[in-house]
Amino acid sequence: MATPLTLRIVEYRARYFRRTWRGTVVSSFINPLLYLLSLGIGLGKLVDANLPGGVDGITFVAFVASGLLAAATMQSGAGEGMYPVLVPFKWSFTYEGQLATPLSIASIVNGHFIWIAVRLTMVAAAFTIVSVILGALPADTAWLGIFPAVLSGVAFSTVITAAVVKAFVPQALAGIQRFVVIPMFLFSGAFFPVDQLPGWVQPVTRVIPMWHGVELSRWLILGLEPGVAPWVSFAYLTAVLIAGWGATMYLYRWRLWQ
Amino acid sequence: MSDTLISASNLQKRFGDFEAVAGIDFEVRQGESFGFLGPNGAGKTSTMRMIGAVSPRSGGDLSVLGLDPGESGAELRARIGVVPQRDNLDDELTVSENLYVYGRYFDLKRPTIEARTKELLEFAQLSDRADAQVETLSGGMKRRLTIARALINEPEMLLLDEPTTGLDPQARHVLWDRLYRLKQRGVTLILTTHYMDEAEQLCDRLVVMDKGVIAAEGAPHQLIAKYASREVVELRFPVGVEADLSAEFGHMAERVEALPDRILLYTDDTDRSISMVEDHHLEPETMLVRRSSLEDVFLRLTGRSLID
Repeated sequence: MATPLTLRIVEYRARYFRRTWRGTVVSSFINPLLYLLSLGIGLGKLVDANLPGGVDGITFVAFVASGLLAAATMQSGAGEGMYPVLVPFKWSFTYEGQLATPLSIASIVNGHFIWIAVRLTMVAAAFTIVSVILGALPADTAWLGIFPAVLSGVAFSTVITAAVVKAFVPQALAGIQRFVVIPMFLFSGAFFPVDQLPGWVQPVTRVIPMWHGVELSRWLILGLEPGVAPWVSFAYLTAVLIAGWGATMYLYRWRLWQ
Repeated sequence: MSDTLISASNLQKRFGDFEAVAGIDFEVRQGESFGFLGPNGAGKTSTMRMIGAVSPRSGGDLSVLGLDPGESGAELRARIGVVPQRDNLDDELTVSENLYVYGRYFDLKRPTIEARTKELLEFAQLSDRADAQVETLSGGMKRRLTIARALINEPEMLLLDEPTTGLDPQARHVLWDRLYRLKQRGVTLILTTHYMDEAEQLCDRLVVMDKGVIAAEGAPHQLIAKYASREVVELRFPVGVEADLSAEFGHMAERVEALPDRILLYTDDTDRSISMVEDHHLEPETMLVRRSSLEDVFLRLTGRSLID
């Protein structure tokens, strides 16, 4: 998968990011931080006051920070599957430029997802460091949440990328953001345990990749018993990753090899 | 080793029911500059994309640099340069970064790319803009950068799809000058255009394409000699008058074309035709004599203008 030419795409994306990273700071760093401060620390005071000793001995801010790590990483993953995908197809035509070289469609797709993994690792690491500094997460285990956060983020980005290449209109991006990403973000269990939801909704949350990411990072960081066995979550996220990646590969070929 | 770089026979391209290229035959030889002249929709870009191994052919045979583009796409693309119809530079990167990134796609090493960048920017007259963001360049500069970028892998031939479309006349002349220099260095140029002056300036040999087929082939001067007279008298009449008059011109020239806005008299004796127009008191608004061009060849072959 990581042939030298695939890595050329990653190298290109990194160089491009060096020029454009300022525009991503708000959505991938400042916004999660504001959630952490307002809900974790602000609302957390109220929650902890009513639950002396916290939930299973865990403070609300730790509960939120560990979940938000996965949820925010995934939101960034979704973002990487939107404009960064549609722009080279429709406006900058950089895919056409790349395909006039020895690069293949497969190297473009693989490079795209490898770059997203790199990028989400940066996002998750930054969030983890800030959470530890704020005292929201334990310094010794916080970093363990980075892997499930990145895995669920990349898995979700493959689904979003495929959907965007299929839909192919900018209006679809707003729709995906409003009706898929934000509801998932709110109901992924990052901010409250999903067992607080009505019984019939709970199976639905099991389908959301973000929920698995949240459960896994919370389990690894805080040792909180997950809703399903961790291996099920890992297997599920891996399956989503493979399916989304395959669909993306198919759709890129369909759009570009004509 | 033969000096034929491209050979196509019965080459076809279909998109669903639409036949973009309906079976064409041509050959391009080492060091020549070869053109596809035709209006939009003639099948030029589809042909170029098949040559450049970025689009599968629907039928026929095609060999480029001795390779089958359908089977050895990456190997072939490593040896050619492509200047696409629409610019696809990275606007957010600088001029030299664009060359660097592109060179990396060909797996070139950094020192190689840096040495070539210096040379290519000089060639493209962009040395002083090396660190400028591409977004800030004019249309002509972007075009020159795209050409420089296409040369980063020292290609054996260069494919140019509508290289000067959308540029102002001055920028076009600068670009032609650069392309002419490449041609003199022995680079094989293959270009599409719907500008007859561009085809005349740059092409040693060309094919006239219309509706997916080749209507004629030859050097520009051969085509003009074969399909048009040496000179043309162009008459312009007030709107609505010419249609009634067109019948009167039949005997004044070897051939007459009545266009919506002009009457063209193809003749080897323009003085005679002009005096006949005057003798008949036809009084056109304007009358001019010019040399025949590829535009006239195209008109003769297809009954239509190159640019509608």
